[in-house]
Amino acid sequence: MSYPKGTIIRNSTPARINHWLTAACFVLLTLSGLAMFDPLLFWLSNLFGSGQWMRAVHPWIGVVLLLSYCGLIIQYWRDNIWRREDLDWMLAIDKVIVNEEEGVPEIGRLNAGQKFVFWSMTLLVPALFVTGLVIWEYYFGSATSIETQRIALLLHSMMAIAAILVWIVHVYAAIWVRGSMRGMTQGYVTPGWAWRHHRKWFRSLVATNSSGPHPNTDRSAQK
Amino acid sequence: MSNLQSQDYIRISATTITPPSARSTEDQVAKLIDVTRCIGCKACQAACMEWNNLRDPVGEFEGTYDNPLDLDPHTWTLMKFTEYENPKGDLEWLIRKDGCMHCEDPGCLKACPAPGAIVQYANGIVDFISENCIGCGYCVKGCPFDIPRVSEVDHKSYKCTLCSDRVAVGLEPACVKACPTGAIMFGSKTDMKDWAGERIVDLKSRGFENAGLYDPPGVSGTHVMYVLHHADKPQLYAGLPENPKISALVEFWKGLVKPLALGGIAFGVVAGFFHWITAGPNEVQPEDEAEAEHLLASKNRSGPDPSRSVAEETP
Repeated sequence: MSYPKGTIIRNSTPARINHWLTAACFVLLTLSGLAMFDPLLFWLSNLFGSGQWMRAVHPWIGVVLLLSYCGLIIQYWRDNIWRREDLDWMLAIDKVIVNEEEGVPEIGRLNAGQKFVFWSMTLLVPALFVTGLVIWEYYFGSATSIETQRIALLLHSMMAIAAILVWIVHVYAAIWVRGSMRGMTQGYVTPGWAWRHHRKWFRSLVATNSSGPHPNTDRSAQK
Repeated sequence: MSNLQSQDYIRISATTITPPSARSTEDQVAKLIDVTRCIGCKACQAACMEWNNLRDPVGEFEGTYDNPLDLDPHTWTLMKFTEYENPKGDLEWLIRKDGCMHCEDPGCLKACPAPGAIVQYANGIVDFISENCIGCGYCVKGCPFDIPRVSEVDHKSYKCTLCSDRVAVGLEPACVKACPTGAIMFGSKTDMKDWAGERIVDLKSRGFENAGLYDPPGVSGTHVMYVLHHADKPQLYAGLPENPKISALVEFWKGLVKPLALGGIAFGVVAGFFHWITAGPNEVQPEDEAEAEHLLASKNRSGPDPSRSVAEETP
């Protein structure tokens, strides 16, 4: 894919495909999971054909999500390493929340909020997968004791709710910070967006003549 | 089971509305299994298979009288044999007919996520309405007696229906009809408790001082009760639980977690909406673009490569 002239690549094409595969799985898992979690939402099972279909397909979507999320971990973990400025950014969250950019420290490709989403999901997705296997009646119904399955079911539900809450923060932030959504759909942002939200990242790209998403490490390109 | 009685429910799984309950004067029923009179003939097992048209595939012989070894989707009742050496050194052959206890407070029904897949009729019978069952196995986790079995063929959960179809038309359950010694009785719960009381007096007079009725209060009583010679030690009878209750994990999951979770999700969405209408979107300003251009231009001036092509390469 080519990007408009003068813009910056925010997320590479493979990363975007990976992201949206994960997103689709997450939404389907949320809909089917909530249908099985609270009877008030059981009608969501109709979206999957029937309760039986929903029950059958939910774990398989979970398998795809785990594999897909591993791809995201591989592609994004470096940019999610906690840095000193992240704490300063967190301390300035009162300014961030009211769209005030003055006094908010310059940050790299991802801010502390994004890192929180990444690491929360990195913990929750594998934990949901393991507890999900324990309660996967068809294949593992007799693999563990019923008491183990009760614990797994409760943990699976509570961790899923936690993941949904993190996901709401993630989605709202993408709606709130204009231009982010295009960064994940078409993959590019404007230099002004990079300057406003991820100035340290922008400076590193400019300094190395990179069009994003990562600074050039090739010495010849930096000259 | 099919759904024969549609106007006399006490409970319907995964349903928050009041179930149709106009026919509320019905007597609560109970099956009384007098373990002390059981001879282990398995007529009840055969009668259950026959009435319900269940044919379990022939299994393996494991060297015990239990046949098959465990309940399964085709075996809704099962004689469980225990050889117990009492303190006097005598052998007692304890034979318990295992199956659904039809709890007054059914854990399977509480855990079930599918509306109408598990119901409790006004007469107390807990019944699985298979067409609504989604095969998730939550009933297995809800049950304190380890009774429901999910079929690997049709992904439906099965257990004893207490012959709700027979009871609905005034007949006793098939196992009761078949029992040759009168060890299985059926009637109103009050009558069954009275009858059990007489039996217990008789047993005590014959040296079984711990004889008693098994009607566990932890699940608000059951509609299948046992007369036991050793009511103080129910575990002797192939692990009959001493004080069965719905697991606290299941109660917590179906109790507090549900409203807190939905409330939390709703709060998240509402908070986002109010942030949007108060703080509003965070938009890139023309000054930001100007600053960015300025930085790019200064870099281009200083560097020897003025033809910096931004975002033209394919990643």
